[in-house]
Amino acid sequence: MEYDFVIADRLGTHKCPDGVFLCPGGKEISLIGHIHSVESMGLVDGPGVRAVVFLQGCPLRCRYCHNPDTQEGCGTAVTAEELTARLLRFRPYFKRGGGVTFSGGEPLMQPEFLSEMLRRLHQAGIHTCLDTAGAGKGDYEAILANTDLVLFDVKHEDPDDYHVLTGGDILRPQAFVEAVRKAGVPMWVRHVVVPGLTDGEAHLAALRAYVETLPRVERVELLPYHTLGVEKYAALGRPYSLEGVPDMDKARCAALEEKWFQPWNRRV
Amino acid sequence: MGMMAYPQWYGFHGGQWQRTVDVRSFIQKNVTPYDGDEGFLAGPTQRTRKVWAKCEELLLQELKEGILDVETHIVSGIDNFAPGYIDKENEVIVGLQTDVPLKRIVSLYGGTRMAKSALEQYGYELAPEIAAHFSEYRKTHNEGVFDAYPKRTRDARHAGLLTGLPDAYGRGRIIGDYRRVALYGIDRLVDFKKQDLEELDGPMDEERIRLREEVAEQIRALGKMKAMAARYGVDLSQPAANAHEAVQFLYMAYLAGIKENNGAATSLGRTSSFLDIYIQRDLDRGLLTEEGAQELMDQFIIKLRLVRHLRTPEYNELFGGDPTWVTESIGGMSINGKTLVTKNSFRCLHTLTNLGSAPEPNLTVLWSEHLPEAFKRYCAKMSIATDSIQYENDDVMRPVYGDDYAIACCVSAMRVGKQMQFFGARCNIAKCLLYAINGGVDERYGTTIVPGIEPITDEVLDYETVRANYDKVLAYAAELYADTVNIIHYMHDKYAYEASQMALHDTHVERLTAFGIAGLSVAADSLSAIRYAKVRPIRNEQGIAVDFVTEGEFPKYGNDDDRADDEAVYVVRTFSSELKKHPLYRNAIHTLSALTITSNVMYGKKTGSTPDGRKLGEPLAPGANPMHGRDVNGALASLNSVAKIPYRDVCQDGVSNTFSIVPDALGKDEAQREDHLVAILDGYFSQGAHHLNVNVLNRETLLDAMDHPEKYPSLTIRVSGYAVNFNRLSREQQEEVIRRTFHTAV
Repeated sequence: MEYDFVIADRLGTHKCPDGVFLCPGGKEISLIGHIHSVESMGLVDGPGVRAVVFLQGCPLRCRYCHNPDTQEGCGTAVTAEELTARLLRFRPYFKRGGGVTFSGGEPLMQPEFLSEMLRRLHQAGIHTCLDTAGAGKGDYEAILANTDLVLFDVKHEDPDDYHVLTGGDILRPQAFVEAVRKAGVPMWVRHVVVPGLTDGEAHLAALRAYVETLPRVERVELLPYHTLGVEKYAALGRPYSLEGVPDMDKARCAALEEKWFQPWNRRV
Repeated sequence: MGMMAYPQWYGFHGGQWQRTVDVRSFIQKNVTPYDGDEGFLAGPTQRTRKVWAKCEELLLQELKEGILDVETHIVSGIDNFAPGYIDKENEVIVGLQTDVPLKRIVSLYGGTRMAKSALEQYGYELAPEIAAHFSEYRKTHNEGVFDAYPKRTRDARHAGLLTGLPDAYGRGRIIGDYRRVALYGIDRLVDFKKQDLEELDGPMDEERIRLREEVAEQIRALGKMKAMAARYGVDLSQPAANAHEAVQFLYMAYLAGIKENNGAATSLGRTSSFLDIYIQRDLDRGLLTEEGAQELMDQFIIKLRLVRHLRTPEYNELFGGDPTWVTESIGGMSINGKTLVTKNSFRCLHTLTNLGSAPEPNLTVLWSEHLPEAFKRYCAKMSIATDSIQYENDDVMRPVYGDDYAIACCVSAMRVGKQMQFFGARCNIAKCLLYAINGGVDERYGTTIVPGIEPITDEVLDYETVRANYDKVLAYAAELYADTVNIIHYMHDKYAYEASQMALHDTHVERLTAFGIAGLSVAADSLSAIRYAKVRPIRNEQGIAVDFVTEGEFPKYGNDDDRADDEAVYVVRTFSSELKKHPLYRNAIHTLSALTITSNVMYGKKTGSTPDGRKLGEPLAPGANPMHGRDVNGALASLNSVAKIPYRDVCQDGVSNTFSIVPDALGKDEAQREDHLVAILDGYFSQGAHHLNVNVLNRETLLDAMDHPEKYPSLTIRVSGYAVNFNRLSREQQEEVIRRTFHTAV
């Protein structure tokens, strides 16, 4: 099997504007995806043992993003066929409810490639998860047709705070939520808790009210903010706007999850 | 002999085992498979608590001082020591190696020089009359070996091509079938051996003469075993009548072995499900409670935790942390599809809860996809809690070794009582690759170690040229290695024969010679670099490549990329088939392992810079592990690469892999972590992989333990094929362990 950098050699990689993926000739090639990396063993992104594909590129600039290196650039080009073959090698580990998770970056930013990958994996009988903030470009029906579970990263429930936190517009995830509602795909809600930013009681109460409006929520996970990604900013020569904010206390985060979202988590 | 009958066998199902020595038949007829969960287990009794509390004190003291005491007036032997106790009134299972717990035995049959150096290190002196006896009247294994070694072996040994050879220490890896003493009693076993000796008649060729002498030694050893046990008030002459006797007899048989021998690995075998038969019979008859059953196992395991040998500093550099490899093989399946997991498999692992985690005995679960689900989960749970369990794939070993094999040392399977192993340490195949580049000249000493190799003078290394030379070097190394190991075992049999352990084998035993390799990932990555990138050697004035400049990317072993992984497979296949061209001492069967224990640090010191980017003196990766930091696609990709190293007919002595993961990355809660670990084990082994050490811990814990060992007196981690108390490793070995890949959450 020939792997990523050989493909990269063949296709060439070059810097391209944020969120747009150009390959040689400047034309978008649908069945080629741009990935940051594959983590073959993700045990905290969806049920069971999962391979996680990190797709390159994200339109959001979340202040706490711990993978800023996945936001811009082309990453590594890979064909759907090759990536599928590589992922199927992990099938022996998926027997107890595991599978493949697409994360990012924002996986919805490569809709055609993503749909194709999901389709191929479903054809092979593999459980699929989509780890997304819902900041996509549409084509949701095709994507969700082969998605078994959405890990929906709710950045913020308030439009202004959403913008301040991510630089994006909350209308975008709302459109995605409607598509999920229509497709009837179950959802696990995730939310990053940053000390002083998203750990307030008023915010969590509002978040809970928001979660109540979401379709088929099976679980709500509060993820404690950590500073493990900070060095990546320095490496990229970018300022880090949460400089000095400490890690979220894991026990406190778990307590908040218990306090506000217990009804969902008991159900699973 | 006709049908045997003993009142002690009341209630057992009869079978072939009553006509000849056949423990497997006894197990198959009588075992009670258990597919329930751990709910039935009992805590430690007061007596166990008391005995263990005393041991904990002693162990802590030993950890501080290195060793507690050495017997300098008596040398090793089955019945040479007065009985010893920890806390006589509370000890349910009795017997110690010497008269005092943790006091070590001097064994001189392997070599006097090594024993003396070990004693000196700890400030002891051998009684003069013993020293005189051994230097004047008695020749040792070590002296015999060096009388016979050809110059090529000495050179290869000096350069570090062959290292860790058991030419100056006990070879170990022999598992007596200690169960036989419990099932048949010594008297009957002596009768069988006498009959064998009588039948060993005919033309007196070398092999027959040797075997006759050995069987006579075995008979004598059985007598001594009985006498030794009698000093403790234990009568081994008849079969064990109940569970307590079964455990006690089995332990006495094992104890004889470790009083007589200081072999590197003195493994126990596959005893827990055998003992379950006795325990179950007593439970059914109302003679024993669950608490009582657990007490027997706890107290048995306490004894196994106290096994000690006197080692030299050089030995500790090879095998860090004072390991004894009291390996117990647990679980597995019968060839008829029935599981061999019993309640006693649980009790055995439960000792880690009752007594706390510990590196010994080396608890080894024989994993099968078909193991009962509840047992799988329990194993995972105990692994996560204690880092004290290793897993080996019963589904690949059972077709080769049947369903009554056990693991010696770390990964070496052998049919209990039917096969024994000649341990052959390992050959440095990373160094072999440097010889291929440098015309057989050692990169550190500048001397020719492999003759007849044309040096490569290309500015950029060409894969085909290097590989053609590598094939030649591997062929030479294999021949040299086979010759060397033959000499070692000839002399070991002659001067340091393990009579008590061999007495518990069939007389016509099958022998396996276990070769080994170190540096698999370095060799694979180096070949891949030469093939897929541009590698320019930097040569010294003598023309030897002392470093390499590599331009461009190349695939690395550990990423499930066939291009690199195939290089690793090529290396093991080539070396294995080269070894098989050379006949072995006593017609032994060739096997090979990718296992380094902690010696990868020392082998690395003796190996120059390699084309994969590893620098002179840096450690090799342990066993079959990918080099740390190079497996960048996550743990499953790394496991998949190792799973490609073929076991059957190639690395049939084992493919060792150590897997470390931080708890948070394994799952959000306890139940998830257990589930995930079971899925990982099933997934890995279903691909034919052989071995996995599992550690679930944080790197920070280890870093803290390096500076504050007192905070972690029982911090146990799995290294290559065994578990070790982290505090007992050298600083260098600790640092190497910490550098290794810890799989983390992303």
